[in-house]
Amino acid sequence: MATPPYADIARNGLWSNNPALVQLLGLCPLLAVTGSVVNAIGLGLATTAVLACSNLAVSLVRRQMPETVRLPVSVMIIATFVTCAELVMKAFTYELYLVLGIFIPLIVTNCAILGRADAFASKNPVLPSLVDGLMMGLGFTAVLIVIGAIREVLGHGTLFADMDLLLGPMAADWTVHLLSASYPGFLVAVLPPGAFLVAGLLIAGKNAIDARNERRRSQQVKIVPGTKRVRTTGKIS
Amino acid sequence: MTLIRASSPHARAGDNTARVMLQVAAATIPGVLALVVYFGIGVLINIALCTVTALACEAAVMKLRQRPVAFYLKDYSALVTALLLGIALPAYCVWWIPVVGTFVAIMLAKHLYGGMGYNPFNPAMVGYVVLLISFPVDMTRWVGPAELIHGAPGFGEAFSLVFGNYNVDGFTRATPLEIVRLNHSILLSQLYQSEPIFSQGTVAGLGWETASLGFLVGGLFLLLRRVITWHAPVAMLAALTLMSLLFYDAGSSLSKGSPLLHLFSGATMLGAFFIITDPVSGATSNKGRLIFGAGVGLLTYVIRAWGNYPDAVAFAVLLMNFAAPTIDNYTLPRTYGHKAPRRATDVEEQ
Repeated sequence: MATPPYADIARNGLWSNNPALVQLLGLCPLLAVTGSVVNAIGLGLATTAVLACSNLAVSLVRRQMPETVRLPVSVMIIATFVTCAELVMKAFTYELYLVLGIFIPLIVTNCAILGRADAFASKNPVLPSLVDGLMMGLGFTAVLIVIGAIREVLGHGTLFADMDLLLGPMAADWTVHLLSASYPGFLVAVLPPGAFLVAGLLIAGKNAIDARNERRRSQQVKIVPGTKRVRTTGKIS
Repeated sequence: MTLIRASSPHARAGDNTARVMLQVAAATIPGVLALVVYFGIGVLINIALCTVTALACEAAVMKLRQRPVAFYLKDYSALVTALLLGIALPAYCVWWIPVVGTFVAIMLAKHLYGGMGYNPFNPAMVGYVVLLISFPVDMTRWVGPAELIHGAPGFGEAFSLVFGNYNVDGFTRATPLEIVRLNHSILLSQLYQSEPIFSQGTVAGLGWETASLGFLVGGLFLLLRRVITWHAPVAMLAALTLMSLLFYDAGSSLSKGSPLLHLFSGATMLGAFFIITDPVSGATSNKGRLIFGAGVGLLTYVIRAWGNYPDAVAFAVLLMNFAAPTIDNYTLPRTYGHKAPRRATDVEEQ
């Protein structure tokens, strides 16, 4: 497999092969911890770090890995980096670590990470693998943040609440009250069904944008009359 | 041989969607009248708010999907969804509750799944459940019957309750199902004597039983007009009766309530005749409808008796909506000239 250019790797990770919106991988954390922006950023960054590091490491040992045990080896590598991420969060963002709880160790089971390790890093050189992990992670994080923002606004009427859990005291007053204090809170947005609803709507939105772009592109192709016979029926294969 | 189209739309020649929907709407009149007599005009305000929102949402979606707006508004399906949701909501709830619920019902539950005829879940019940889990406090404050609260709220009071910041707490009473649910100390017969909502009513609580009777009458009208078939409602009521008989416990302090209470209180009758008979989200064949209805009855009782919510028709309907495609698959009728029906899960013989 030829290594794709960096632009393609970036576009794949961020948009056209986005782990959350297209591959639908890592839905467990996607649905469980996107109740607020701070949770989403916290888990998204942790996942991105693990994804980039594990892709790098798997790519480094890809020639030494026997085919039959490549999945256990990948999982071991991922688990190592997840433990690192967990310890770092415990040390620097302890409150957020408590909030995210079990979902930090559960990053090990995020199929997006194992998927990239097996589908990309085990077949490509080190640098493209690192970029791929980074881009996939950023794409995942971006979706987490959007879902977190929508759910936080609908559910609590705030945005960027409790950001100090992640960024320290300087972010303590970042909370934006978009809606009045008497806003009752649309509880379903904070509950699991709300995560499914918002994620589904985002996927629909992405598909709609893709379809519109596709339509525009096909309209731009002008057929110059007289140069070729134009087939008007049937399928051109 | 009778040629009954078992598959939706169940309208037969001469009928069309609009006529069926109007008959369903007309059939709710006795029940709604009973609600108005006992609980005041709250239910009418709910219905009005739901209807306006539903028509606005439907028109907006049709505009977005570039479909003829007037054509789809005139099939009255949005109207019936709004009507059923309006009836199901607690009277005199704040104005945005019906609006949000109807928006969810029409936009999410109906049109995101493809619109009329494609929705796997009953839109009104989706709207109701989203509201119930989002705003549990507002959605469980039920106004008591007029006799028990010194008269139902008048026009002015009703509008302050719905649009102003009047607190409805002064008018609310526990519903019959809630009272029986929370009873763990006295015999049912004593409870019926001590609680005015039971002692002034006959079997299932003042007001509630009359409204249920109204919806039963409306349901029988739909049966007579052949808008619905008997299978689903009879199965649901039978399953509910059987379960409540089994766990009646001879009216002890731990009794889960008599069969009559379960049949004529809460949303049983509305659900049996107006909700689970929905041809789109329910099962399709007659045998399937029997299973579908029995499932709804069973789940309703299970959630009422051992769940966290006093009433459960909406949850039961949605759970069975999930099961409806599977039920359809296994109850496919035999096609004339074939031995056994082909099923989607059949393995092709090589």
